[in-house]
Amino acid sequence: MNPLPLPLPFPVTGNQVGFLMLAGLAMLMSIGVVVMKSPVRAAMCLVLNFFVLAFIYFTLNAQMLGITQIMVYAGAIMVLFLFVVMLLKSHAPAFNKEKIDFKPAVAVPLGLAMFVMIGSQVIWPLRSMSTIKADNSYGGPQAIAKVLFTDYVYPFEIISILLLVGVVGSVLLAKRKV
Amino acid sequence: MDKVNDLYNMTPPGIDWMIIMPVLVACVTGLVAFLWMSLQKERDTTPMVLTTLVGMAVSAYTAFAQINFSNASTFANMAMRDSMSSILQFSLAVICFIVVLFSDAYLKQKQIAFREFYPLTVWATAGAMIMVSTQNLLMMFIGLEVLSISLYVMAGMSRYEQKSEESAMKYFLLGAFASAFFLYGIAFIYGATGSTNLDQIAVAYATGNREMLGLLVFGTILMLIGLSFKAAFVPFHQWTPDVYQGAPTNVTAFMAAASKVAAIGALFRVLIAAAPLQSYWMPAMFWIAILTMTIPNLLALVQKDVKRVLGFSSIANAGYVLVAILAAVKSGSNNYATVCIYLVGYSLMTLGSFAVISLTAKQGKEGTSFEDLNGLWKRSPLAAGTLVIFLASLIGIPPTGGFFGKLLIFQDAVGAHLTPLAIVLAVNSVISVYYYLRIALAAMVVDDEGEKTVSAPMTPGLQSACIICATGVIAMLFLISPLQSVLHR
Repeated sequence: MNPLPLPLPFPVTGNQVGFLMLAGLAMLMSIGVVVMKSPVRAAMCLVLNFFVLAFIYFTLNAQMLGITQIMVYAGAIMVLFLFVVMLLKSHAPAFNKEKIDFKPAVAVPLGLAMFVMIGSQVIWPLRSMSTIKADNSYGGPQAIAKVLFTDYVYPFEIISILLLVGVVGSVLLAKRKV
Repeated sequence: MDKVNDLYNMTPPGIDWMIIMPVLVACVTGLVAFLWMSLQKERDTTPMVLTTLVGMAVSAYTAFAQINFSNASTFANMAMRDSMSSILQFSLAVICFIVVLFSDAYLKQKQIAFREFYPLTVWATAGAMIMVSTQNLLMMFIGLEVLSISLYVMAGMSRYEQKSEESAMKYFLLGAFASAFFLYGIAFIYGATGSTNLDQIAVAYATGNREMLGLLVFGTILMLIGLSFKAAFVPFHQWTPDVYQGAPTNVTAFMAAASKVAAIGALFRVLIAAAPLQSYWMPAMFWIAILTMTIPNLLALVQKDVKRVLGFSSIANAGYVLVAILAAVKSGSNNYATVCIYLVGYSLMTLGSFAVISLTAKQGKEGTSFEDLNGLWKRSPLAAGTLVIFLASLIGIPPTGGFFGKLLIFQDAVGAHLTPLAIVLAVNSVISVYYYLRIALAAMVVDDEGEKTVSAPMTPGLQSACIICATGVIAMLFLISPLQSVLHR
């Protein structure tokens, strides 16, 4: 891919700009999860973080993974989280405030160490990657649908029984009286 | 355009419906019973009981009819049939049939009005059938989950009893933990071999290179831990007595029989595939077998609750079957016969004992201490008489199925040069005489208190359950040689 005509001391491609925008947004959102005082806002930040991650997957040709990320994580799990948070109306209780808080003293070095470790193991070897390595059909919806309805059709059908058992069981356990 | 055509040009896998027929019939039976429950306004359970009984009888027949069929697999090797899968599927369907027979009266006495019990039991049976009739680890896991999730719910079915909720919670937490172990092991094996099919994994075990060995051994250990939790081998057995005691007795009976048959059947297949690595796991499983036979027998001596005693007894019996599995794998014969025969006999005698104990439930109350059995001989001679037969079989007294099962395991163990295990088995059979006799004595003794103890009346369902189990335990004598000739082929 050709570099963009920008007055910069180093060449920048469109791919890199797109990735940096999405990745920056994802980072902002994950910082928001930790920083926000209100649990509802923190949960909303997590939803947006999942969305942005899904867009990064889309740019990497992993459409199925992206769709699943949005439907399962942002759609189902986070909505459940939000329901629970809103139903319980949980505010940060006052008695959790400690006089001397040792947590940052431990957490900051640990976080930095984690960052250095991931940086050295992942970012450094991957810095020269500029093209998508995965095949176009690899992990795509069609490829997955194809094995799901041929080789894996039996487990697929049995999982429907599993889900039914889950629904019946949870209704049974939620009923107080018959 | 060509690419699109290529994508939509799907070749469906060849399907042999006969192979999955027992599972299919069980799933459909559950659906029919469930629909019946939703459509029916009144609380009458008779139609549901009849539906499940007929369905399980058909399922048992379709499994039994295939015992002599040739080995085959279908649905892209997701489901398979051999003599072991047919026999175990047949016995699972029979287990479900017997449990449903005596459940109706028990649930009414215990005032548990959840009619969902019937579809859940049938689906749990379907899950157990899937576990024993596949060489694919993924299928095994899905079967395990169908079985376990139904059982977690059923264990907590007695909503007004705290011990039932405790039982469900313990079973759920430890079971979920065990499932995670199993799944993690499958992931490692898949990473090392690129397959979830045990036939291909066995080839990889035999020809694997050094780099793969670490992943394979680690994955195998994780899978064995997961399955050992489900089969309740020591030291993964701590949940068993509490869960067995707290769950409603009919659910305990199903748990002790069906989930053990399924977990041990799956474990047998995994160990056969992992035979090339036996130098790694055999010493560990050898000691697990010794502990599993010894520790529960010692703990059972001091128990005061009959359900707990039978829980410990089921752990010890799992240890005996493990000896048979180790002998079959070590001698290289991979002989299904001993394991299957012992599992069939064990299910019948355990089911029968729990069926008799379910009599102690009356008007929402249930006492399962030894004293609560007092005077049973006076009140219902049939129940007490068959209970003695089941206990004799659990001890291993000659004309019963339990004796021949233990004899076969003993012979196999000596033949495979596992004599220490054979000796431990014999010693433990002697120790177990004490607590089994205590149960029998408690049922026979009539003192003043015993005369006053009330128990539920015998119903036709419970009577037939007792008679079927007792007949089966005695008839094992005549069934062993035909079963062996079928399973040796």
